[in-house]
Amino acid sequence: MDAVIAYLPAILQGTAITIAVALCSVVLAVFLGLLGAWGKIADSRTANTVTGAYTTLIRGVPDLVLMLLLFYGGQQLLNDLGFATGWWGYVEINHFTAGVFTIGFIYGAYMTETFRGAYLAIPRGQIEAGIACGMSGGIVFRRIVWPQLVRYALPGFGNNWLVLLKTTALVSVLGLHELVWESFTAGRSTRQLFTFFFVTLVIYLVLTAISDVGLRWLDRRYSAGVRRA
Amino acid sequence: MDETRGPSLLDAIRDFSENASPLDFVLIAQHWEMFLTGIGYTVLLVAVSLVIGGAISLPLAVARAYRIRYVNQAIWAYVYLFRGTPLLVQLYIIYYGLGQFEPVRESFLWPVLREPLWCTLIAFVLNTAAYTTEIFRGAIEAVPHGEVEAARAYGMSSWHRTTRIVLPNALRRALPAYSNEIIFMLHGSVVASTVTIVDILGAGRILNSKYYLAYEGFLAAAVLYMLLVYLVTRGFRLWEWRWHAHLRPREA
Repeated sequence: MDAVIAYLPAILQGTAITIAVALCSVVLAVFLGLLGAWGKIADSRTANTVTGAYTTLIRGVPDLVLMLLLFYGGQQLLNDLGFATGWWGYVEINHFTAGVFTIGFIYGAYMTETFRGAYLAIPRGQIEAGIACGMSGGIVFRRIVWPQLVRYALPGFGNNWLVLLKTTALVSVLGLHELVWESFTAGRSTRQLFTFFFVTLVIYLVLTAISDVGLRWLDRRYSAGVRRA
Repeated sequence: MDETRGPSLLDAIRDFSENASPLDFVLIAQHWEMFLTGIGYTVLLVAVSLVIGGAISLPLAVARAYRIRYVNQAIWAYVYLFRGTPLLVQLYIIYYGLGQFEPVRESFLWPVLREPLWCTLIAFVLNTAAYTTEIFRGAIEAVPHGEVEAARAYGMSSWHRTTRIVLPNALRRALPAYSNEIIFMLHGSVVASTVTIVDILGAGRILNSKYYLAYEGFLAAAVLYMLLVYLVTRGFRLWEWRWHAHLRPREA
């Protein structure tokens, strides 16, 4: 117990980094997910193909493989490109950026499916009615599509968020000093790995529990006006 | 004549692969045995943990769905713990953590708990059993109540009701969700490579660190995982087609 108290600042700092990685990557994932859903629904063959390839490719490959590929391969590719074109010199991607980009990129594919499903759940007639009332595309999206899109996408979004939060543990393999990495280091130097990993498990449980509360609150807010059986 | 041409063509391919092509395919092909071992470990880990985990989860799901007092709460806590935390940390706590305790190190279990393969299997079994319990519980609770009532009216005991009516129906219903769990398990199994097991990703990592490469090993691993995922989804589509035969539109 004394060891845990001694290493508490490091553990808490690691927790903060874990939360930061999760929040930054979920923002990126939502952005990519909206873009991907738009590409899947759009009347363009190219957009459909590109987004289709994106989702099947990403969902077929395990996250850690993609993470390592993007972290090491991506860095190599950037440097090779820079060398070939002469536009930039040696770049080193830091762990945080690499983690956020890979997790965001991976979960963007899952979010794409979530948002696409949510969009398709909106009755088509409502959008047509909006157009018939003389609303522009932007207004139809803001007043009719978006509020309902959020409502229909929330359960899937919540699931994705919980999986994403747990995936951040894998960034420790890249060497980012987040929660798992910090507790591994602390546990090894005090020879109390079990104690520290147990603390890690508890912290993850607290984070998921808080997420549950937050998601329920969001769900209540966005389903205002929906009658429940 | 032929003898001189054969090797030179091979050399040309090798030279092209090493120097001209962005990816050294020949190098990957040369290490096919390592990747084959990797596939073996990945498939072994996933298959064994799915079978054992599935067998454990079935009684747990029944106990949850039938709301057996005290047991229900205990299983809920177990499922919550394993679904709410990363598989990586679960594996670490078993592989690295358990050695912290003197009694564990001196017990007869230590030869097992010292081996990365056994630790990985234990972690995977506990993890997949937790997820599968939730899937099966949902499926059992979705069995129409009328069917259970009808079985009761026929005078079936609760054992017969469960094994003849509820479970066959529920397992069939659970099939799509369960195929997802298999894919998740396949994806999750990559963490085995972090505790020195040479699964598919492990093979890729060895290749990359041996030759100081950035793409080849990981790309080969990615392709192999995609292939496995494809095979699983194809297999399940066939299986579902068979098991859901009664739901198929009738042929004219």
